[in-house]
Amino acid sequence: MEALNLNVIVFYLAAGLAIAGAFLMVWQKNPVASALYMLLSIVSQAVLYLQLDALFVGAVLIIVYAGAIVTLFLFVIMLLNLRGEDLVNPSAGPKRYVKLIISGVVGAELVYLLVESTGIGTHLTKLDSAIANFGDVKPVAELLYSKYLYGFEITSILLLVAIVGAVILARREPGEN
Amino acid sequence: MIGAEHFLIVSAILFAVGVTGALISRNLIMIFMAVEIMLNAANLAFIAFARIHGDMSGHVIVFLTLTVAAAEAAVGLGLIMTLYRRRGSVDASKFNIMKW
Repeated sequence: MEALNLNVIVFYLAAGLAIAGAFLMVWQKNPVASALYMLLSIVSQAVLYLQLDALFVGAVLIIVYAGAIVTLFLFVIMLLNLRGEDLVNPSAGPKRYVKLIISGVVGAELVYLLVESTGIGTHLTKLDSAIANFGDVKPVAELLYSKYLYGFEITSILLLVAIVGAVILARREPGEN
Repeated sequence: MIGAEHFLIVSAILFAVGVTGALISRNLIMIFMAVEIMLNAANLAFIAFARIHGDMSGHVIVFLTLTVAAAEAAVGLGLIMTLYRRRGSVDASKFNIMKW
């Protein structure tokens, strides 16, 4: 019973931080603060992954997002060196109420569909019976190298294309100052 | 008691927050970060469904999605750099050359 309560507390803490981090990220004027709030949201989502027994993917999420993507964002923000007139407050844009209403409707629809189609309130899908080794490196790797081998190989081509594309896009053309 | 549905609802809320960010911000970098949040919300749903059905295919899909997100971030930020160098701004409302 004690462990169950701890699980519940960790879930609400991580879920609240993930959502609050995403909200604050959207509501920032400064992109650097925005990137750091995104980091908070990502780390909280990794905690949620761990609660769902996805150990390997949770670790990969932290490595790829916190280690690579947020760092890349911060580097680009630093390189761009944005000035005052580039930093517009998101809540001051045109037609902001229409946009807020649209996104609110999207969120409400998603939550409503989930509540209707799954059994929240009546019968929850219990989470205390994972199969052995669920989410460990070995079973994930076995799937990745057998059933999803083609997807995995195509990913390597995608990464190659992304590397070449990023280098060509970010290159200064001759004669450009 | 926490059921798998709780995680799905967190994922739905995160997706809606990502939609909000992509709609209301005008800074290209912020729009890009909001898209990343939406990708992550879908990933969380994949993990939750993998746990519900006891099938690790969802984990593999999330792994591949993370790879795609990393590639997308590299290319997208390269595009933003090029746009900033050519037009001197990252304000999405100023790039209206294709506007009908």
